[in-house]
Amino acid sequence: MIDVHRQAFKEEAYELLAELESSLLELEETPEDMDLISRVFRAMHTIKGSGSMFGFDDVARFTHEVETIFDLVRNGKLAVSKRLINLTLDARDLIKSMLDAADGEPVDPSAGSGIVASLRELSGQVVQAPAEEAKPAKEEGAPFPAAKHATYRIRFIPAREIFSAGVNPLNLLAELKTLGTCNVIAHTAGFPQLYELEAESCYVYWDVILTTDQGENAIRDVFIFVEDDCEIRIERIAEHDKFQEGEANEYKKLGEILLERGDITLEEMQQVLSQQQRFGTLAVARGVVSQTKVISALVEQKQVKDVRAEKQQAEAASSIRVPAERLDLLVNLVGELVTVQARLSQTASVRGDADLTAIAEEVERLTAELRDSALGIRMLPIGSTFSKFKRLVRDLSAELGKEIEMTTEGAETELDKTVIERLNDPLVHLIRNSIDHGIELPELRVACGKPRHGTVHLAAVHSGASVLITIADDGAGLDQEAIRAKAVERGLIAPNAEVSQKELFGLIMAPGFSTAKKVSSVSGRGVGMDVVKKAIELLRGSIEIDSVRGKGTTMTVRIPLTLAIIESLLVRIGADAFILPLALVDECVELTREDVAGAHGRNLVRVRERLVPYIPLRERFEIKGERPEIEQVVITEVNGQRVGFVVDQVVGEHQTVIKSLGRAYRGVQGISGATILGDGAVALILDLPQLVLAAEAEEP
Amino acid sequence: MAKVIMTADDSASVRQMVSFTLKQGGYDVVEAVDGKDALQKLSTTKVDMLITDLNMPNLDGIGLIKGARALASCKFIPIVMLTTESQDGRKQEGKAAGATGWIVKPFKPEQLMAVVKKVLG
Repeated sequence: MIDVHRQAFKEEAYELLAELESSLLELEETPEDMDLISRVFRAMHTIKGSGSMFGFDDVARFTHEVETIFDLVRNGKLAVSKRLINLTLDARDLIKSMLDAADGEPVDPSAGSGIVASLRELSGQVVQAPAEEAKPAKEEGAPFPAAKHATYRIRFIPAREIFSAGVNPLNLLAELKTLGTCNVIAHTAGFPQLYELEAESCYVYWDVILTTDQGENAIRDVFIFVEDDCEIRIERIAEHDKFQEGEANEYKKLGEILLERGDITLEEMQQVLSQQQRFGTLAVARGVVSQTKVISALVEQKQVKDVRAEKQQAEAASSIRVPAERLDLLVNLVGELVTVQARLSQTASVRGDADLTAIAEEVERLTAELRDSALGIRMLPIGSTFSKFKRLVRDLSAELGKEIEMTTEGAETELDKTVIERLNDPLVHLIRNSIDHGIELPELRVACGKPRHGTVHLAAVHSGASVLITIADDGAGLDQEAIRAKAVERGLIAPNAEVSQKELFGLIMAPGFSTAKKVSSVSGRGVGMDVVKKAIELLRGSIEIDSVRGKGTTMTVRIPLTLAIIESLLVRIGADAFILPLALVDECVELTREDVAGAHGRNLVRVRERLVPYIPLRERFEIKGERPEIEQVVITEVNGQRVGFVVDQVVGEHQTVIKSLGRAYRGVQGISGATILGDGAVALILDLPQLVLAAEAEEP
Repeated sequence: MAKVIMTADDSASVRQMVSFTLKQGGYDVVEAVDGKDALQKLSTTKVDMLITDLNMPNLDGIGLIKGARALASCKFIPIVMLTTESQDGRKQEGKAAGATGWIVKPFKPEQLMAVVKKVLG
């Protein structure tokens, strides 16, 4: 159980640390923002407080030190400075490693002392270390068994002179209310006549019906200061943990309650009962019990019944944590369902049965909704990743002596959790590139008539079934001549080759390409843009580079919203079915025998007066059989160029649930997965960029 | 308007900690270095609560509690004493003198705040 709490604390602490980091970075820009200072403080405070609660004593002790400094800041006794921010960021990192190490080896205890010493020096005062860790008050006896959800009857009869001990009984009643559902009935029958009344005496007493899961000891604690001088009776009258059907409306009769409380005697009760009327009315009428006592008993009766009724309704939590695997399973099942639904729709349309068709359409609608919401569950805003980059930009620019500001846009844009995770590394690399190669040193920028501060702008925006992430800098831009020279040197292009600007920029993503003059610690580590490109393509995304010399570079990454289901185009070659991602498809045109003959053996087709190269998939996959009279060319845009894929027949749009091919086929080139069609047949999903690359490689 | 709490303690560090915690909790704080100082300030300043140490020079906590209760302005305010566990007898003595409750040393800020909330509402 403790482990669960510890884990929950760690998760919370990591979130707090992330928040702390972004707050600190913001604070650096607006050092007098009290709201931010409070936020930093709050994060520290919670980490410290909860940390000590769950046995992270080293974390609590260290965090306390940092928190103390921020207290000074919060109280205006210390100004926010760059050095303070740096030290606090270091402290934050140390706290994180303490948390990381909490389950394994302890962190070197001296690690924090340097930070603490610097912080203290900064604050200009020696913050007194607590002489001894405050020990929690001694627990009495063995730990209490887990308290149960139960209803208690509390009679609180204060001492007459309670006011002169500085006690306000209403505060105690208010405190009881914080423990759970609570009804309070005041008994005022003890008030004397006015001429006998002493204003400093307490004549009233209370019945409290309390439903709580805090246990009897929590109730006793409320009365801890007054238990010696006051009469306090606490009785457990009902437990709610074991709920039994039909229990809701059954609780003790009024007479029984009064009898239990000692408000009436058995004889009195029987006397009243013999009258065969409503018990309360009769009991009051006969003067055996006061009206307030009856009301109090009725309140008890009602509350227990209410609580039991409530118990019947399951408690709906506002949010829950679910392991990612379960979501994956759900998405997988939805995928299966989509496949079965497609079969149903197909069968229905073949049968031509109106009733069946109606059902199939209904199922189709529901399945689509189910699919969208199941995929939606896995969606997370990309903002958390963005804020991590802020730190990266800050640290790197400091390291390189550059002045760079990062701005973000569209942090709320949602993407599949897995996609966000796998995007992290490529984006880090792209941002590193912008900082290292893109943005110039401040002096150079000023000399070029630009502001000293460089800017890296990170934006995310939805675009159909994709998300576009752009990383734009206002740096030097790409040097086309240098790229060309390098590409020639590397043998990537011929010396006199005519290459469009877009293709030229694309070359920097070729393996082993690097134009950096020297290898710095930031980029130019050998892994280049080719790795980035590959990682993005693995996510079925694409990357495009646009750059103006002297003005800056913009890199646009296009990523599909989800990895599980894609909109696609279903085509056939012979008896085989294939799937092309619809996002890449531009249009479909016919290819006749004359067209083929007119191209003189070259795989080119004329589309609106422009020649487009194509890949005949029948040949590519060595599918036997005769080519039809009229073939179809699916024109796609792959890596910034238009490429056609020749197929026998275009069937139409298809919603494809992606199934991986399994380990044995993972290495197969040109195929990225498979799917099951409505009729149960398997269709392979084509990896268009890879097919294009392979075709280019084969060209003489 | 924020409620005013007096902390009477001869130990500067305890006073500082109590005072700091209370201020953080949104209370105004009046500090007194011993019982005599406290009584003097109580006669001129209206406070909503008193937190006092028991062992103090000049006038100790018990004396302060008695003296405070004799003042009209302090007759019904909550008075909480800071004690150590070994001082159970003094706890009773304090209650008899008119203390509302107690806090056992050492304590954490949150324990202090819990008691303040409890007696002050």
